[in-house]
Amino acid sequence: MTRLDALKAIYPSLDDVVVVTIMGAVAAELQSIGHRPNFFYLQHAMGLASSMGLGIALARPELPVVVFDGDGSVLMNLGGLTTLARYRPKNLVHVIFDNESLLSVGGFPTATATGSDLAAIAAAAGVPRTATVRTLEEFVAAFDAARRANELTCLVAKVDAVGPAAFVTDLGLLENRFQFQRYLRERSKAFTT
Amino acid sequence: MSPVSRTNSQLVYDALKASGVRLISALPETWLVHLVRLADDDPDMTLVRLAKEEEGVGISAGAHLAGVRSAMLMQNHGLLASINGIVSGAQLYRIPLLMIISHRGSFGERDPWQTEGGAVTEDLLRALRIPCAVLDSPAHIAPRIGKAQTLAYASNKPVALLLDRDLMWEDPT
Repeated sequence: MTRLDALKAIYPSLDDVVVVTIMGAVAAELQSIGHRPNFFYLQHAMGLASSMGLGIALARPELPVVVFDGDGSVLMNLGGLTTLARYRPKNLVHVIFDNESLLSVGGFPTATATGSDLAAIAAAAGVPRTATVRTLEEFVAAFDAARRANELTCLVAKVDAVGPAAFVTDLGLLENRFQFQRYLRERSKAFTT
Repeated sequence: MSPVSRTNSQLVYDALKASGVRLISALPETWLVHLVRLADDDPDMTLVRLAKEEEGVGISAGAHLAGVRSAMLMQNHGLLASINGIVSGAQLYRIPLLMIISHRGSFGERDPWQTEGGAVTEDLLRALRIPCAVLDSPAHIAPRIGKAQTLAYASNKPVALLLDRDLMWEDPT
């Protein structure tokens, strides 16, 4: 399974979902399928996409939130899994695309290449629903089930270590940030700031 | 009895509430015990207990974009542990971020392990160009927290308030 195929397969179901991605290949590939105002790409601050997703999910429990994370980023913030598990927002799905490498900097293997199991780590941290999937069919089924589950889910998708040719896209970082904030404001009735 | 000031902790907490803060992320330390407890006991406050302080930058960024005002409560060593998130998250993406930082390792510090962090905190904030003020007297608490929040929102940037020993610690030294 490639990450691009996985993203394409679920893209139609992301219409009304608040999406936060990590930097690099995930951000570039999702934008190549088609940017939407409800997508935010955290183009640095590695490890914090899941923390941002938690902040949004706690602030707006009525909105469905999906984080597209990666093995390298999660490994930088393993403690964050315990925080996610502690507050376990029901409206958050945490997808980790695990290609077992730091692809964008030359493909150096991460610890998942030598056996570290992120779904098991998430489960041991206390995340109530976890799964590891290896095929596109499994991924789509598990993602749809997670969306319906109404319980914090960590879904590890094992993907090929391939990515886009380039990572810089036409969308400015701040353009994305303010557009995303405006999207959330317009969807929220009780906006306080 | 802990010598941490209950009275001044309450004043800080009340000022945070008055400035619109509804979500607090925190990693406890001695000086922050009352503040964390106040947040935990307040049904109108969402308290997020962290494993490491840098998570709080991401949580605050998410909360801000989703329309909820937040603050981080941490020790100055937590600030040191959060630098990348502050620079490549909050500053890169222009996030107003109110950081309430206990300034350990300043004059009067008795714990040897706190002393290096105390010596670099203010220079570090200056190097990061993060506007900063010290809270060392009860009279300053409410106006400075209010003004810090105002600047954070006007500039869309992080601001810091350092909780001084004279404010937080009642044991005569």
